[in-house]
Amino acid sequence: VVIRLLEIKFSFNLETVMAAPMTNDQSCFFALALGVSFLKCLLINAYHSTDFEVHRNWLALTHSLPVPQWYYEATSEWTLDYPPLFAWFEYGLSHIAWFFDKEMLVVQNLNYASPATILFQRLSVIVADVVFFYAVKECCKCLREDKGKDLLGKPSFILTVLLLWNFGLLIVDHIHFQYNGFLFGVLLLSIARHFQNRHFEGALLFSVLFNLKHIYLYIAPAYGIYLLRCFCFTQSNADGSLQWRSFSVVRLVTLGTIVLSTFAVSFGPFIALGQLPQVLSRLFPFKRGLCHAYWAPNIWALYNIADKAFSILGVKFKLLDINKLPKASMTGGLVQEFQHSVLPSVSPLATLVCTLLSILPALFRIWHRPNGARGFLRCLVICALGSFMFGWHVHEKAILMAILPLRFSCFSVRSVQKNSQQLPIKIFLMLLFTIFSLTSLKTLFRKGGALLNPLEATYLLGLIPLELICEFVYPLTVWQKTFPFLPLMLTSVYCALGVTYAFIRLYISLLTCSDNTKKIKTQ
Amino acid sequence: MENWSLISLCVLLGLTSRWAVSFHSYSGAGKPPIFGDYEAQRHWQEVTYNLPVHEWYFNNTNNDLNYWGLDYPPLTAYHSLVCAYVAKLLNPEWVELHASRGYESHSHKLFMRATVLFTDILIYIPAVLLYCFYFCDGSSKQKVATALCILLYPGLILIDYGHFQYNSVSLGLALWGTLGLGLGWDLFGCLAFTLTLNYKQMELYHSLPFFCYLLGKCIKQGLTGRGFFHLVKISMTVLVTFALCWMPFLSDPKQPLQVLHRLFPVGRGLFEDKVANTWCSLNVLIKIKTLLSRETQLFLSFALTLLFVLPSSLKLLSKPTLWQFKLALVNTSLAFFLFSFQVHEKSILLVAFMLPLLLKDGLLLPYVVTSLAFLFLSLYLLSALERSTEEELRLGLYRKHTQHWLPKLNLMLSLCLLQFWFSLVAMAALSFTSVWLKPPAKLPDLFPVLVSVLSFLHFLGFIIYFNQVQLMEPQRKKSLKKTN
Repeated sequence: VVIRLLEIKFSFNLETVMAAPMTNDQSCFFALALGVSFLKCLLINAYHSTDFEVHRNWLALTHSLPVPQWYYEATSEWTLDYPPLFAWFEYGLSHIAWFFDKEMLVVQNLNYASPATILFQRLSVIVADVVFFYAVKECCKCLREDKGKDLLGKPSFILTVLLLWNFGLLIVDHIHFQYNGFLFGVLLLSIARHFQNRHFEGALLFSVLFNLKHIYLYIAPAYGIYLLRCFCFTQSNADGSLQWRSFSVVRLVTLGTIVLSTFAVSFGPFIALGQLPQVLSRLFPFKRGLCHAYWAPNIWALYNIADKAFSILGVKFKLLDINKLPKASMTGGLVQEFQHSVLPSVSPLATLVCTLLSILPALFRIWHRPNGARGFLRCLVICALGSFMFGWHVHEKAILMAILPLRFSCFSVRSVQKNSQQLPIKIFLMLLFTIFSLTSLKTLFRKGGALLNPLEATYLLGLIPLELICEFVYPLTVWQKTFPFLPLMLTSVYCALGVTYAFIRLYISLLTCSDNTKKIKTQ
Repeated sequence: MENWSLISLCVLLGLTSRWAVSFHSYSGAGKPPIFGDYEAQRHWQEVTYNLPVHEWYFNNTNNDLNYWGLDYPPLTAYHSLVCAYVAKLLNPEWVELHASRGYESHSHKLFMRATVLFTDILIYIPAVLLYCFYFCDGSSKQKVATALCILLYPGLILIDYGHFQYNSVSLGLALWGTLGLGLGWDLFGCLAFTLTLNYKQMELYHSLPFFCYLLGKCIKQGLTGRGFFHLVKISMTVLVTFALCWMPFLSDPKQPLQVLHRLFPVGRGLFEDKVANTWCSLNVLIKIKTLLSRETQLFLSFALTLLFVLPSSLKLLSKPTLWQFKLALVNTSLAFFLFSFQVHEKSILLVAFMLPLLLKDGLLLPYVVTSLAFLFLSLYLLSALERSTEEELRLGLYRKHTQHWLPKLNLMLSLCLLQFWFSLVAMAALSFTSVWLKPPAKLPDLFPVLVSVLSFLHFLGFIIYFNQVQLMEPQRKKSLKKTN
């Protein structure tokens, strides 16, 4: 009956709906935003990870305890390890939480997860994503549009969908539970402001962002160099090189004031209390191991695999004595420090050096031959990727920091999920996202030939058998009991290869792009 | 963007929302001793797997018909049997005779939800896609938009993936039947429809249009020549399909009788619970349930159903086109729903009306989200009420007849719009009050009754409107946009 009703009552003419471009774009954006919010609401009852308890704990301790105790509190294992501004954010949320369920604000209620708690926490993520929506809208304004193009082929539409319906972000934020959407919103807004030449706002937003989550330290060099080069030096020579005389002290001082005042608001109370060392030790816990329990697909995953391979070969060919090798397995799923068997062990300092070395060429590049906001964006992504590739104790979720600006889907995020009920959702969303990305990007870049070269296409296709083996075939084999983390390890290593490849290619594109793209604002 | 990618995106969106709804509660979750429809389906798997066929519909020590006895035709039983085999492979405890009563676990829920998804992907979704592409007007983007709206229809999603049922199988097969008829593959259409009849007896609502359409078509082809052979072929298809489905039950004459007794429980009253049909609504004013004897009730419902079904069926018989067929489907099923005996609220699959049921199942959140999403999506994608011409609403003839007392065209359209928005507001208000307010002590069923009466009025309006559209369609074909 309903099908008939639909058919009869609504005969429609989509072309007339498309006739008015301005309102249509806005209504389209609104439709996409509302649609994804509906989906997020449906996912409220899905599996959530320990991050849920982490944030509940932070709600509780910011609400119940006075400020001096925030960074000393250790009843729960999930201590406050984000900068103070995020703590104030949780404090604000806790006041709303009070109306949902007062029990969640009791610090001793570990792992408290009543329906009201779940509803509140999930809703807070969904509502905080409004910042993300606004930022995406601002980013779309920075794109150059061709008038009269069909809606589904417009860059702004494609960008909106790729960002709003980002598979990785949906899975991590709304199933696993985090506030990444909100944070990325601030980041994207900052980037958009730089594209719009509103540099003061961009700088302010970035310092706010850094004080919300200090992981963005990784991309601070890109900001620093870019602002110094393109903003403090107001003019460049004709060939793009530096014009030393155009240095503007006023601008530098203003930027400095903005940044420092943000830090003052955020860290000020704790410096006054003399708690700065404690806060810093909470923010940068170097006691954790080189790799997280579930390996992030970075260089160290490949390094570990190589080390394991060498040790096995060494034992086989009697070059090494098996008794002298360290017993603990790196894939044991615990976050402890381990020694490598064959290759030299990696210390935190070594990773820092590697990270800096990896991003230095990009920084030199934008200093020497800046490419406007576009070059800045590329450099930013490289910094993020570089720190992901070489960083200490990288969580695989950190790839999102690089991915979202890159707008490509990240297959390695799947290893975060362990619950089989979520598997169909993961697959559906991933397929949805992949199909959309491939077809829409293909229409967008039709002039450039094929979107992916054969090697890349094969690599991406190879993910299908890999996933099939890891999720379905492997659990049925005998190795499931003895080597339970092997599928994750395999996925990480495979993805690490892809991420490395993407990193190298991006670097090449940054270093070889020409200067006369300054005038074009497209991404 | 190419067609295949748009279609896959639609399907994936449909599948994602279905599976997301399945995270929520099901009917009778954690409510011993009776539980709900979910337990009924599990119980049928237990019964069909462990007992021989001739015991499935009979009451004995092994099979207590009072505890969710089988009351659907054999095809549902076979489907349950297949599911039971799979269940046995995964975890035998799920279908252990007697011991598995009231079995509830996370993995079992996953399994049951997966069975619904599987049949949905196999039967319903392809039918919807084919239907939209072959039988809807407009550009391919419009067709995809229609398909998306149909796939995201909350009623079906909430009942199948929330409450727990297999309506997608019966609706999907009925849709395949319609497709068959539309493409001219009458025998295939017959086969599909007979299968769906053997899956859920509720599909009898749709049987009259199928019958009239095919008979009309045969008559048009000439009953002495080709038409007669066609009729014979159709009858043979139907009979053979029935025979195959009922084969295990044909050995003993008592078997089919018992099955029919289970399928059509005339022992029960005119209606149960709150249904949006005439009898329940009338009961608010006059207590007909107690006033009239059971035989009178049966006769009255039969007579009224026939009365409302006859005009539309006769029209279809005289003019067997696809458009008439679709209209007849609407009219006949509405007539059956409104006037027949022992109608269940789920028969209408109209979401707002099922709110009390969904609240009982703990499905408020999916209800709100899916209804809002569907409403918003249909309004956004198919925004036509502001733009549709009178012709498209098929009100042209109606207008001619009422022209002397409703002279303005705009008034007609604004009335429609007003009525639409009023319905929406009423639905929203009732949903809100059902959830948040407590009814007065003297009238504890106030909100469900209000919901059913309001819905009943809507359905009455629909049946009058669609009957008018069908019956007043001109004989000339050239003025019609939809030629089939």
